[in-house]
Amino acid sequence: MSNQIVQGILLGGYYALIACGLSFMFSVMRIINLAHGSLAVLSAFALWLLASRFHISPFLGLVIVLPLMAVIGWALQRFLLERSARGGALLPILTTFGLAIVIDNVLFEQFGADTRSLAPYIGSLSYDSWEWPGSIYVGKLAVIIFITAVVLLGGLQLFLTRTGIGRSIRATSEDPDTAGLVGVDARRAMAIAAAIAMVTVGLAGAFLGMRATFDPYAGATQLLFAFEAAVIGGAGSVWGTLIGGIVLALAQTLGAQVHPQGFLIGGHVAFLIVLFIRLYTSGLGLRGLLRLSTGKTS
Amino acid sequence: MSVVSPVIERGTVASRIAGVGVAMIIVLLAVAPQFLSAGVVDRMTALFIYVILAAMWNALAGFGGLVSVGQQVFFGLGAYFAIRLANAGLNPFVSLFVSAVIVGVVSWPISLFMLRLKNGEFAIGMWVIAALTHLLVNLDRLIQGETGTSLISLNVYDASTRRVTIYWLALASMTALLAILFGLLRGSTGAAIRAIRDNEDAAASVGVRVTGTKRLLFVLAAFGIGVAGALWLATAITFQPKTYFSVQWTAYMIFMVLVGGIGTFEGAILGALLFFLIETWFGGTGVWYLIGLGATALVFSLFLPRGLWGTLEEHFGWRLLPVGYRVRLPARAANMADETASPAQTRPHREKA
Amino acid sequence: MSLLSVEDLVVRHGLLQAVRGVSFSVERGETLALVGANGAGKTTLLRAIAGAHQAASGRVLFNGADLSGVPSHSRVRNGIALVPEGRKLFVQMTVEENLLLGKTAGRPGEWSVEKVLDAFPNLKPRRHAKAGHLSGGEQQATAIGRALMSNPDLLLLDEVSLGLSPLVVDRVYASLQGLISSGTTIILVEQDLNRALSVSNKVICMLEGRVALAGDSRSMSREEVTKAYFGLHRKSATGVPA
Repeated sequence: MSNQIVQGILLGGYYALIACGLSFMFSVMRIINLAHGSLAVLSAFALWLLASRFHISPFLGLVIVLPLMAVIGWALQRFLLERSARGGALLPILTTFGLAIVIDNVLFEQFGADTRSLAPYIGSLSYDSWEWPGSIYVGKLAVIIFITAVVLLGGLQLFLTRTGIGRSIRATSEDPDTAGLVGVDARRAMAIAAAIAMVTVGLAGAFLGMRATFDPYAGATQLLFAFEAAVIGGAGSVWGTLIGGIVLALAQTLGAQVHPQGFLIGGHVAFLIVLFIRLYTSGLGLRGLLRLSTGKTS
Repeated sequence: MSVVSPVIERGTVASRIAGVGVAMIIVLLAVAPQFLSAGVVDRMTALFIYVILAAMWNALAGFGGLVSVGQQVFFGLGAYFAIRLANAGLNPFVSLFVSAVIVGVVSWPISLFMLRLKNGEFAIGMWVIAALTHLLVNLDRLIQGETGTSLISLNVYDASTRRVTIYWLALASMTALLAILFGLLRGSTGAAIRAIRDNEDAAASVGVRVTGTKRLLFVLAAFGIGVAGALWLATAITFQPKTYFSVQWTAYMIFMVLVGGIGTFEGAILGALLFFLIETWFGGTGVWYLIGLGATALVFSLFLPRGLWGTLEEHFGWRLLPVGYRVRLPARAANMADETASPAQTRPHREKA
Repeated sequence: MSLLSVEDLVVRHGLLQAVRGVSFSVERGETLALVGANGAGKTTLLRAIAGAHQAASGRVLFNGADLSGVPSHSRVRNGIALVPEGRKLFVQMTVEENLLLGKTAGRPGEWSVEKVLDAFPNLKPRRHAKAGHLSGGEQQATAIGRALMSNPDLLLLDEVSLGLSPLVVDRVYASLQGLISSGTTIILVEQDLNRALSVSNKVICMLEGRVALAGDSRSMSREEVTKAYFGLHRKSATGVPA
């Protein structure tokens, strides 16, 4: 049992990683990017291509793919989302959904239906583990992912609270109009935020490929996981996302114990329960479940 | 300065002609199976189902302002309950209808919960519900997971009787659902919907039951989509959860409504028609067809968010099936007033997509 | 060359014409008071000058340069800073963070967080408090300080006395006096006619989007301004006394 718990916690690190980009984009731009999961899968396929065709190890491949994802994020915001957001709060949902369909099917067209994995390209890392007292086996990769998630979230928090650009992004996320009056280029801030979000997505996609398999249509599942982890973690701080990821993973692990099909069901049910509690105890004015409040807690 | 009173009217000459036209079309469609081949009858049935899907998703998103990426849950449940009912011994055709009613009933408690979410959260929240429901349906021993099962009891009827009956059922359902929607929109619910779309808080402050109206649309859409799912089962006979609960159906609905014209009654029908044609011509090209659908939806959302009909309506003031009011100022007053006489002023379908 | 020159500015607010052909100029070092009833177009005018509102027609010239199409954040870099109506602080951020945001435009100058805290000493103990937890007077001080941090050549103040008690307003204006004496060019929108006339050297009264009266604050009588304020002497649109 304790083995499962440890696995669950470590898996939570992955979920936190893939969730934080979604939350971040929502906080700053008020847009839920339905193509989020598909973009992670895109990153995974890119790394797979580099590994299988050009023999570049996925970790090295990140040096190429992550900047690429940043550019994609920037372009996405500037050319698609900015325009779409002008049409109201509902239009971006449709735009990003259309984008997801396009990405999924282009990937299918290019790579076919086979499931792929980055595991063959990272040597023994995919299955190496340490043994802890109490015969608990902890995968090295899982730990790396967890640590990366923590470092990334911490870095993001520091970036937002300590740097000028971070402050500009926070100001833009609160009030883009006034931000402009103070000298902050809101459009630029949003584009930078989107780039940052896409870098996290790229990283998440890499880890998805390493720890599991993926296929062109895997984006939808990843999106749902990201969303659920973000909502469970709730608005609060960047760390809420980590907690949300861990809770989701534990619920899934628990569900798997109960029933062979229970993994996914466990996660969905946990999400709905948390949602239920959140909706009925927070009263009026639920200003968005995903908002990352990034100010220093008083 | 003498006061010239404006005339407030519902229909125009064009809309009256359209009204007659619609009645004629329905009659034509009803007798059509006599003259059409089996394959065409099947395709027409599919068209009717698409119209239902488009109209219902539009009712939810275009009129209710609720964009859901999880409506496939009701499509799948419509088919699932029909299978279950038929398995329990109920006549397959009756099962279809009862199943849809059950879907409507089931959607009510879901709405109590989900309608508290906003915008994107509501959209994905419904997707989660769809995913969960899919998983739960898979657990049903009758369904045998992804293997699925069939509406075997339909095989009692011979193929052509089956085909024509389903055709008529689809036509009747489509007409009925469109009529219900049309009636709702012309009534006080329609006014409530437009008020909510323009400014939810202001609407609430004058006594419009905001959540109640949204709930009504939610349940109606669920019911309608459930009907569509049940009908689809009747045409396809087999039930594989993966097919019915696939987010693909939402993709189709979004395409139809976005291209046709979100928030316009005629737009949904136009979108379904276009989708039907595109599917007939290009459906066989596999993945490029889907890429095309997604890309088109994307492009429309950015450059033509009001869809084809919406844009035409805005430019030319066309209104075939009027659900709003028009103010027509007599000629003298029109000369005196500044910009008040244009029909665009009384557009019932405002911006918000 | 005037520091600011507004020529035939027309600004729409939705379907409404909020500013209908306003022209005036402000010289370096002047303090212009913009008065008028609610809805006269004062806030819209200030926002248009700051770039938050796009003008339908007309020009805003700053240091001779046409600002048409220049977004608000660029205008801050040029030297225009607006203290918006209602303060509009970033409530999730601390006082210090709000002030630091003012530095984003990167204009050189003497203003710094320390200098602002010296100018508004009541803020010193609240440096790390979240802006949402401040009192009205403290918020106003922070908002003004935030604008000052960009070292503006032209400071626009929109209703700084709104929602504040008279004592607090006194304090705010006392700080403003320091600014005025040091030569900062200011345009301030003010409901309180007395204050407006006493602190400024030029006054413009707006009515329904147009300039109803413009002239020297000292030489203008209260009656003249009051009449223009309420539109009691409506003959020509811009009744500039000889």
